[in-house]
This record gives sequence, C-alpha cells and structure tokens, in this order.
Amino acid sequence: MSNDVALELKSVSKHFGKIQANKNVSIKLRRGEILSLLGENGSGKTTLRNIISGIYFPDEGQIFVNGEEVVIKSPQDAYKYKIGMIHQHFKLVDVFTASQNIVLGLNEKFIMSQINAKVMEIANRYGFKIDPDKKIYDMSVSEKQTVEIIKVLYRGADILILDEPTAVLTPQEIEKLFTVLKNMRDDGKSIIIITHKLNEVMEISDTVSVLRKGEYIGSVETSKANQSELTEMMVGKKVELNIERTEVKHPDDRLILSNINYVDKDNVAILNNISLTVRGGEILGIAGIAGSGQKELLETIAGLNKNATGSIIFNNPKKNLPVTFFHKTLKRVKELAQEGAFHYEDGTAVDFTGMTDAKIRELVNDGKVLFNEDEVMDLKDKTPLQIRELGVRLSFVPEDRLGMGLVGNMDIIDNMMLRSYRKGKSVFLNRTIPGSLADKVIKNLEVATPSPRTMVRKLSGGNVQKVLVGREISSAPKVLMVAYPVRGLDVNSSYMIYNLLNEQKENGSAIIFVGEDLDVLIALCDRIAVLSNGKITGIVDGRTANKEKIGLMMTHTETYEEETAND
Amino acid sequence: MTNAKEKKISEPLFHIEKRADFPRWKGWLIRIAAFIAGLIVSGIFGSITLSTNPFTFFSTMIDGVFGTSERFWIYLKDSAILLGVSIAIVPAFKMHFWNLGGNGQVLMGALASAAVAFYLRGAVPDSVQIIIMIVASMLVGAIWALIPAIFKAIFKTNESLFTLMMNYIAIGLVDYFILVWFPKTGSYIYSVSKTLPSMPTLGNPYILPILISCLLTGFMYIYLRNSKHGYEISVVGESENTANYIGMNVKTVIIRTLILSGLIAGFIGFIICGNAGFQINSDIVAGRGFTAIIVTWLANFNPLIMVFTSLLVVFFTRGAVNTRGFYSLTTNAISDITVGIIFFFIIGCEFFINYKLDFIPRKKGGNK
Repeated sequence: MSNDVALELKSVSKHFGKIQANKNVSIKLRRGEILSLLGENGSGKTTLRNIISGIYFPDEGQIFVNGEEVVIKSPQDAYKYKIGMIHQHFKLVDVFTASQNIVLGLNEKFIMSQINAKVMEIANRYGFKIDPDKKIYDMSVSEKQTVEIIKVLYRGADILILDEPTAVLTPQEIEKLFTVLKNMRDDGKSIIIITHKLNEVMEISDTVSVLRKGEYIGSVETSKANQSELTEMMVGKKVELNIERTEVKHPDDRLILSNINYVDKDNVAILNNISLTVRGGEILGIAGIAGSGQKELLETIAGLNKNATGSIIFNNPKKNLPVTFFHKTLKRVKELAQEGAFHYEDGTAVDFTGMTDAKIRELVNDGKVLFNEDEVMDLKDKTPLQIRELGVRLSFVPEDRLGMGLVGNMDIIDNMMLRSYRKGKSVFLNRTIPGSLADKVIKNLEVATPSPRTMVRKLSGGNVQKVLVGREISSAPKVLMVAYPVRGLDVNSSYMIYNLLNEQKENGSAIIFVGEDLDVLIALCDRIAVLSNGKITGIVDGRTANKEKIGLMMTHTETYEEETAND
Repeated sequence: MTNAKEKKISEPLFHIEKRADFPRWKGWLIRIAAFIAGLIVSGIFGSITLSTNPFTFFSTMIDGVFGTSERFWIYLKDSAILLGVSIAIVPAFKMHFWNLGGNGQVLMGALASAAVAFYLRGAVPDSVQIIIMIVASMLVGAIWALIPAIFKAIFKTNESLFTLMMNYIAIGLVDYFILVWFPKTGSYIYSVSKTLPSMPTLGNPYILPILISCLLTGFMYIYLRNSKHGYEISVVGESENTANYIGMNVKTVIIRTLILSGLIAGFIGFIICGNAGFQINSDIVAGRGFTAIIVTWLANFNPLIMVFTSLLVVFFTRGAVNTRGFYSLTTNAISDITVGIIFFFIIGCEFFINYKLDFIPRKKGGNK
C-alpha cells in the first residue's frame, strides 16, 4: 500500500431499507490532492460523506487512513484520524467569537491570547482573512465558512471534506476560497469537495470521482476530462446543457411594485424600498446571496406579509375579453357590473339589475359579457384568499416545498386540491377534479409515483417539485413566482422545469424566478434584478449580463455604479 | 501498519435503520406480536405477585368483562362513553392542537346538566328538562374548549398547559357548586328522589350511550375525511405555513374545531351525568379525558379504529377491577401495573415498525 494515500475507501456499501445509497464505492485520496466528489442529488454523496465522518456506519467495505484499516464509529473517531468535516449548514454558536467557536469542545486549557495566535498562524499560512475576536452573528456567510475550516485545521485535520462549499458564496468569494484550498493542497493537506457544479470541479480539483444513483462510476484526472464527458458520467446519458431562451413578445407591465418595505418581528429591515416592474411574457430573475430578502419579497407579493408597506399594482390585461366564471365568483361579477366594468359585444353597457342569478350566469358563460378595461388592482393588504377571490391568477412555488407549498403527509390528489378545495357550495370535498388534475400532472410531467394516492413526502425531491409546479401552473397563471425551483433536482428534472417556465412565458405569464446559480439565471432570464440586503442594487439584461458584475452587485449595499469607485 | 490485517477492529454491535416502505400487514403483525409479548410479561408479573398462575390471572380479567351479561353490557357502555370522549378530542388532535383538557370539558358538561337538574327539578316537564340539559351541557363544554382555543389562535399561548389547567378550574367549580347546593352535607347531589328526570332508555339503560357513540363515530369519520372542514383541519395540523400559503384562516379553523370538540365533550358530559342519576362529583369523568388520548393515539386519529382501541383499553380497566375484587386487593396497583406493561409493549413496538436493528456484521472487502 503506497504511503502517499491519505484516505482510501474499498468497496464501501450502505443501504437504507431497499434503497442502495452507496454501492461498492472505492475512492483513493492522495496526500496533497483535491478530489471532487461529483454526483447529482440522490447519488449518494451525502451518505458517503457521513460514512467518512462517522455518522453512518457502512454495511460493507473497508476504510483505510494512511494505509491502515480503521473503524469510524463516531465523529470523534473521525477527528482521531484527522478527518475534518465542513458542513453545508454551519454549526457555530452565534454569540461566541471566532476563536471561542474554534476551540469549543476541545479538552484543553484555554488561554485566549495563545488560541488567537494559533488561529492567526493557521490563517496566515493558508491565506485566510479572519478576525479571531469577531462574533459569529456579525459575520458574513463566507466568514463563517472560514471559521468552520479553521476549526477543523486547528484540530489538526489532514483530510478535509467540504460539502457544497460554494452554494452560498458569491463568485468573488468562491475565487478566494479556491485560492485558500490550493494553498492547503500545496501544504500537503488532502481535500474532498462535494459538489454538483461542473465548472468548479474543472477549476479546482485534481481528480474527479463520479457517483450515480449510489454507484461508483469512476475517477478521472481533471486535466484529462471535459464537462460534457463528466455530465455523461454523472447522468448516464448525453444531455444538452443549453437552456433555451425565447424572445420576449408583447411585454406588458403586469405587476408594478413600488417602495416595498418590510420589517420583520425582530425589527430588522428585510426589504428596503423595492420598486420593480414585472412584465408579462418575460422571465425576471432575482439574484442575490441567500437571505437577502428573496423569500420575503415573494411572500409579500403573495399576500403573506401583513406588515409590508408600499404598493403592488396588478394589471390584468382584459380589455374586450369575455368575463368568465372560471376564476370569479358570482358575487364579484355583480359587484364589477355595478361599477360599470363590463359591456356587451355590441358596445352597450351591462346592467344586471332585475336579472336572476341563472340569467347572469348564462350571459357570462356564453361569453357575451366583456371587460371595458384592463383590470387594475392593488394587491397590497390582500390575503392570499382575497387575491384569489379577486380573480387574480397568482401562482407561487415557494422555496420550502414540503413545509409550505405542499403537505407531505397528504397524497398527490389532496395536494392538488389545496388551491381548489373551496369551490362549490357543498360542505363535502369533491375529489374527482383534483383526481384528474393529479393524473394529468403525473402524466405530463413524468412524475415517478406508485399512484396518485401516494403520500407526497415519500416521493423524491424532483418529483415533489413536479407535483408542486404542476399544480401551480395548472391555473394558467398571470403571474408565476418560483423560488429555487431546481434546488435538489437532477439534471433532467431541472431542464424540464426550465422548459415549463419557458412555456408559461410563451403563454404570456409574468414569471419571477429566484435562483442561486448565476449561470442558470443568465441563461434563462430576460432581465435579472440583484438583491443585496433587501435592496435592489441593479437590474441587468440577461442577454448581456456577466457573472462578475452580478457578483459584485450581490455584495454591495449601494447601487453598483456608485460602489465601483471605491473598489 | 504491518499487522493491520490481524488487528482486532471493534465494531458497533448493531445499527439502527429506518424502514422504508414497510408493508402495513407486517406492521400489524409486529403490533400483534407486541400485544402477545405484553400479555406474557404482564401475566408473569401478575402471577408472581399474586402467587397464582397466568391463566387464572387472565381468566379473572376475562371473567370481569364477559362473566355475566350485566358485566358485558357495562363493558360495552363504558367503552362507548370512552369512545365518545375520544371522538370529542380527535378533531383537535388531528389539527395537532394538543387538547389535554378533555376531562375538564366533559366535567363542565356534566356540571351544567347537574345544575339544570338542581335548579329546574320539578319546575318543567322531564322531557323539556332533558333538552335544556343537553343544550346547556354542550354550550358549557364548548365554552370550556373555546377559551384555550381563542388564546392559542390570537395570542399563540401553549395549548397543552392551558387546557390542562382548565381541568383543575373545572374540578374546583364542581366542588364549589356542591358546597353551594348542599352546604350541610358538602357532598354529592344525591338523588332528590322522584323530582329528577330519568334518562330515556331503549330496552336497557346501556343501549342509548352505545348508539350515540356509534353515531358520533360515523359522523366524525366522514367529517374528518370527506368534508371541507376536515380537510382544513388536516392541513392546519400538518403545516400551518401551508395553510397560510393557500389562504386558509388558521384562527378560524382552530376556533371552529375546538367549538365542535367542546360541543361533543359537553354532550358526553350530559350522558355521564345522566347515567349517574344526575349526581355530580369532581371525579365523575374518571380521567376519561386522558385515557381518551391513548385511545386516539393508538388509533392514529382514525375514528373507526378508535372503536377497537377503546374496547381494548376498557377491557383492561374492567378486567383489572375484577382482579382487584377477586384477589381482595386493597389497591389497584397490581392491575394498573399489568395494564401499564401491556400498553408499554403496544406503544413501544411502534419503534420496531419504523426502525429495524441490524445485527448483521459488516462484510469485508466486498467483491472488487
């Protein structure tokens, strides 16, 4: 056994019930090497990481550290073998300083000045920037990540495992991180990076090991590989990696946000004077570091933030279009008629006084009643229910799919019913229409499910998302808001979602797309608004935008032009 | 490194794994096995402490339940009343509103009936009096459930503590009214002879509560499963965020559901009070509000399965009463422990339905 192998896995397997999470995975990590563990969601990367760090125990196979077989039963064991894990979600105590977090849990005498000196020494050796006395709650995401990395180095880790380290960073921060990682590699540390972003794999790693559906596909030297080859290994077939972007046709100002401010219950300003126009037939991207107010912005539009101020004007293009009952109650139609909002085909004004409900229904259903004007209304201070009762088809695919968009413990049919269960006067539910909608979504969106009566929580991430998106686009929305719609989805499902969004765009829907992958935002969106700390720091054209510029806007608090001068 | 192969490597004895897609029938097999194991262990315990053999011990229990037709009717009636209380609390539980105040809500219903009996006896015809009792009981039960519901919906107070404390207020009120009504004896309203109305009977006095509980069960099953209200209850229970997202009024759902819960609880309170000849004491509900929680949980909030779980629970409590008499015990301790052992097994086996212990040692090397 060669001495330059820091960590070796031999035929490691792990299953959960019938699911084979890892099958015969054999990986060799040399000293002074950066290895990318590449795979789609659900390919077993996380399971493998947990096996190496002692959280799971493999069913089969052996682990060698420096050529010696070891048993890693717990995270303590992992530390003993100098394996350090940097989790995707940081595990730091907010009210402690960087140094305090770094030594937390160590059984040694704490002399703060010595600890700080050692922390600084590590930081200087690899080129980190850190203030050991800074409290975690004052830190940016990338600073927190630095603390996590120094924490494992402080404990003497020689093998570092980073789980999706770039997911929350801006392009500039990623660059810095990569420099540090290269310094560590040159110092003889061994590093595993878990990721699904190909360009980063190409940039940083020496070797790539690919997993697919729990199986180990193979390892290649990065210098001898190219992106499409790696994708093929990862997905199992050739995939077209280009996102289509159709031209915008007849854009109309669908949603006009002005001066939206939102302060949360801890009195922290989350949204700061946001003014934004969303156009029909166009995809508007929202870029920004996680937690810059994206979630709150969408929730405010959807009517979920009562404390927000400002105005949300919705323009419904309806001039000379027939009124239908499909999205309006009889009561609402009568109200509008009284306000003089309708005319007949021959141009005469509509007056329903003295007519029976049945007669009104007949006229409306026959398409004889038309709108005078586009409908304009302020959605501010309206609850989601009121918005729907006004006949505004506003669809929202929230970030938290199972916690907000769907109910995990209900089957697909009952989840389809969420939007529509109120329809009709009966006190009982009617499951036939939601049932056929479920069948349609399952068929059109290729949802892999044993039956429409399967609990949504038992479906895989991609299928959960298809159910949610399927329901939300089923009403032919005028405005469609999607937050991180491809997070956790495999390549094929992601492309299906992009195609669905493009379809809605073709149909004239105004789409707001909150995304994290700048490459995707630039490829898909017509315009991209950049959020930083709850402020819009710039709106760029998707066709001419570049990543670096957007990255800068993501971190700056003022508008881009003003800030560049200081740089 | 040289002797890596020979080195004894310690491995964990077993690991715990979550079961994926475990077939339902296997789950029931485990439950039945757990039940039998519980019977065996409690049988051994009972026979050792009472120096008898397990068969005599259990036959005493069975005798207590099925021994005479009278005992059997009492068994059915007790089960029906427990089922009724469980039906009262199930919509709240389904909504993940942990109503620990079922006892107090039923007791307040009973108190309302007793109060009507005390103040109106002889003044109005019996049938009118019964109707007034039902209305009063349901109303008071609903109020008792409504108070914590309003606080939960508007001020987001913790409903478990709130409902629990409401029980003690109810007990205090009952004791207070007994003192007001009977300052001399300071004890129960004893039958003020013929002036009290009698409960309507159908053949025998047991059939009415049984019939009522069956009707309530059917109603609740359909209400939870097929009505729009029931759907809202499920959504609010599973995820309040989702409920807000689709525009349900969560406050309304909480308050409406607890009113329904309280109405049924109050009605059961009337039945309990009526069955006791319209007497009242602070222990008249006999902790059924708490036992009902076991019944609903064991049935996973399904009203139809609750019929069986309430029969099961009452079987053991009735059986235990008989062992106490049979072995001339001074306390319920031994029978309580045996019942506890059986429930421990029934509830504990859920772990083995959700997880499995894997003792299979790790295979080395693999095939590569």
